[in-house]
Amino acid sequence: MLRLRNVEAGYGRLKVLHKVSIHVDPGEIVTIIGANGAGKTTLLKTIAGLLKPRSGEILFKKQPIAGCPAERIVFSGCALVPEGRQVFSTMTVRENLLLGAYVRYKRRQKSLVDRELERIYETFPRLKEREGQLAGTLSGGEQQMLAIARALMSGPELIMMDEPSMGLAPLVVKEIFKIISQLRDEGKTVLLVEQNAKAALSVADRGYVLETGRIVLQGPSEDLLENRDVQRAYLGRDLDSEIRL
Amino acid sequence: MSVELFFQYIVAGITYGIIYAIVAIGFNIIYNTTGIINFAQGEFVMLGSMIAISLTPYMPLLLAIILAVIITMLIGALIEILFIRWLDSPSVLRMIIITIGLSILIREVALAIWGENVRALPYFTGNEVSSISFGGVHISPQVLWVIGVCTVMVLILQAFFKFTMVGRQMRACAANREAARLCGINAKNMVTLSFMLSAGIGAVAGCVVSPITYSQYNMGTGLAIKGFTVAILGGLGNSMAAVVAGLLLGTIESFSIWIMPTAYKDAISISILLLILFLRPGGLFGSKEEMTLKEF
Ligand SMILES: Nc1ncnc2c1ncn2[C@@H]1O[C@H](COP(=O)(O)OP(=O)(O)OP(=O)(O)O)[C@@H](O)[C@H]1O
Ligand SMILES: [Mg+2]
Repeated sequence: MLRLRNVEAGYGRLKVLHKVSIHVDPGEIVTIIGANGAGKTTLLKTIAGLLKPRSGEILFKKQPIAGCPAERIVFSGCALVPEGRQVFSTMTVRENLLLGAYVRYKRRQKSLVDRELERIYETFPRLKEREGQLAGTLSGGEQQMLAIARALMSGPELIMMDEPSMGLAPLVVKEIFKIISQLRDEGKTVLLVEQNAKAALSVADRGYVLETGRIVLQGPSEDLLENRDVQRAYLGRDLDSEIRL
Repeated sequence: MSVELFFQYIVAGITYGIIYAIVAIGFNIIYNTTGIINFAQGEFVMLGSMIAISLTPYMPLLLAIILAVIITMLIGALIEILFIRWLDSPSVLRMIIITIGLSILIREVALAIWGENVRALPYFTGNEVSSISFGGVHISPQVLWVIGVCTVMVLILQAFFKFTMVGRQMRACAANREAARLCGINAKNMVTLSFMLSAGIGAVAGCVVSPITYSQYNMGTGLAIKGFTVAILGGLGNSMAAVVAGLLLGTIESFSIWIMPTAYKDAISISILLLILFLRPGGLFGSKEEMTLKEF
């Protein structure tokens, strides 16, 4: 579905990604974990077309998309739920969702929009209750739901999420991860970026570890969960002190 | 002051005020989608009326106005495409210099085409001496045209932003440009569209007000200052507040003639502008935090 080969990207003279190669197969949940500043957001922005890669190849459904503008990439079926939600705060929940369906409007599939809206409201009943409320007045968890719902309104085959659990209470995080695995059951492909490595790996099929712009580890989620380096760095297990005991 | 005179001043205040409000809304539309203050906003008003005046000998008034508005909109689009579109996140200072430069350029071109002559569109109904009397208050029918057309325009604009998909797209770009792009919206086209809209409403305002205020190649400068004052007064980016602020400034100006020489009329808006910038830069109705929440 998605394949990156030796992608390099950055801002101005600062190079953030160094020869990143990853792939995501259809129907998978793949997670990328890494510390603050590792370049996770940069990687997703590059795939989504908000940032132009310096070099390397990005294939989506076998088509090269590297350097395509963001608005074109959404149309090809690859949506991004950006870091920090980025809902249209001055607009209502419903308007946010309708804008998410812009791709469908443009394709003159208006009847599909209404049906999709129904489906979204089934998945996120809270959004239906708050349909007429300004998105900026929603709670953090609700805003995250809205951001995910808005991306889904475009009917993407691949949905990328940038730290959907950031700043949310454990119960809400659980709800969001439930929705993510639900998406896979519906046949969607998910690329999930997380700092919450434990939660991400427990829901994902495979994972990559990104460190200072380089992929340093990859493999099935179970293997990564067992990996001592991953445990030390991202799962918060202090192995050294355990040995001393 | 007699009651009739009082209302005469009020009506004059509303007439000018609503024109200022339209210019301010023009500022706001472009500010909201781009963060740019387009100092060439007043020139759109001038272009609209001057083009319509040049067209009237060849066609009916209504057709001339419609054509003039369309031409001005195209000029607005052209300006955006030639001078703004290709800039990659330019600094505020650079944008100010560019738009001020554009306003000078447009004015000079207008001077070359139309000369320094003062012109005017004919009265839409009646002529300069006809008036309608409301209980002793005499109002020129053109004043009703100005107030009516501008009010309808503001209402249509509000409906456009609220209920049409294109309007929503423009608001989405204003609220969060990157997120709008992630929805598949072409943000650059929305910017072009905002220039066209601003140019269009400015041109309409220029046409309806031309019989009363007359038109000249340099009429844009004064209007831009007044419109900018109103935009700041209402809180930059807030169009409904701009209407209130416009009516307020228009009325203050109108009553000022009563207490001081007409020559000081323009000094009033500059004083208000400076005062607001010092005391309440978020506008009369806005707070600083609201400034970050841009809305049409
Ligand atoms: N707009 C920008 N301009 C310049 N440098 C940037 C920009 N955005 C990010 N960077 C730099 O790129 C590096 C990677 O940032 P990025 O946001 O991709 O990290 P991240 O892995 O998403 O971190 P976090 O977990 O905190 O979100 C950082 O060193 C950051 O300072
Ligand atoms: Mg990030």
